[in-house]
Amino acid sequence: MVGGGGQGKKRTEADFRVERETIARILSGETELFHDLIRPCERMVYLTALSMMKDEAEAEDATQEAMLKAFRALRSFHGAAKFSTWLVAITLNECRRRLRTAKRAPAETLDTGGMEQEGDFTPAVLTDWREIPLEALERKEIRLALVEAVGELPAIYRQVFTLRDIEELDVRETAEVLEISANVVKVRLHRARMLLQKRLAPLLKASLPGRKRSFWSTT
Amino acid sequence: MRLKCEHVWSYISEYIDGSVDAQVREEIEKHLEHCEICTAILDSTRNILVLTGDARTFEVPVGFSERLHARLAKELLATKIDGGGGVGSLFEG
Repeated sequence: MVGGGGQGKKRTEADFRVERETIARILSGETELFHDLIRPCERMVYLTALSMMKDEAEAEDATQEAMLKAFRALRSFHGAAKFSTWLVAITLNECRRRLRTAKRAPAETLDTGGMEQEGDFTPAVLTDWREIPLEALERKEIRLALVEAVGELPAIYRQVFTLRDIEELDVRETAEVLEISANVVKVRLHRARMLLQKRLAPLLKASLPGRKRSFWSTT
Repeated sequence: MRLKCEHVWSYISEYIDGSVDAQVREEIEKHLEHCEICTAILDSTRNILVLTGDARTFEVPVGFSERLHARLAKELLATKIDGGGGVGSLFEG
């Protein structure tokens, strides 16, 4: 994986051991430790909910509800999956339940079966991307443009992109929580990335008139 | 076999993830040596992923964590952890 680590530093085996010990203590009655247990997963759970609900307030509400459901169900977590992946699965189910109840946009939100979207998944052909300076990636409006572009992806691509590239679940974990095959995960991720490349590459180019530097020639 | 640009594009995502087989990887790399267009597409896609991995890009709303923990603090006191097994409703699609 490329990227700076959506969850900050990579978690180590020691982190997972502490996590398992914390769960055991919560189940023994130290329930206030649940706060510490979920802290490293909060962002992941929220972004999962946002990828489903597309609305910040609804995503936040779904996050809170999913966390409470996870607390109640904690005894059923046996450690076969990572705790964070288990939380993501609970969150996805909470969001599906809400979307079904609200009967909102069923064609978009519930279309996770075999049907794939029609579309043009070829990339934007640029010849001067390599002239874009490193500072461009530091600009806030570029990050906002990416957030907006991800929000506008078709749901099936947004969900896979969120889990794989923002939350850094692996292909198998993503397939499991979305209940699709590993191959479908790869196809959707490729399409999501190409749609984003097509949308963002010209924006980046347009935002930098007349800049000439050969930063990318070193890669 | 000499890869065409369109063929390289179809592999870009798996190439970035390191999941193409060795022979295809070699073909792609040979192609990239002489194709500026595909190199630019690869770089741009990679950089979108660098931006994606930047913790500043996808943020939680201001006060999100405080509100979450306040609600948990209020409700954990009144909430019981279920006994084994009774969580079917969690995973009913």
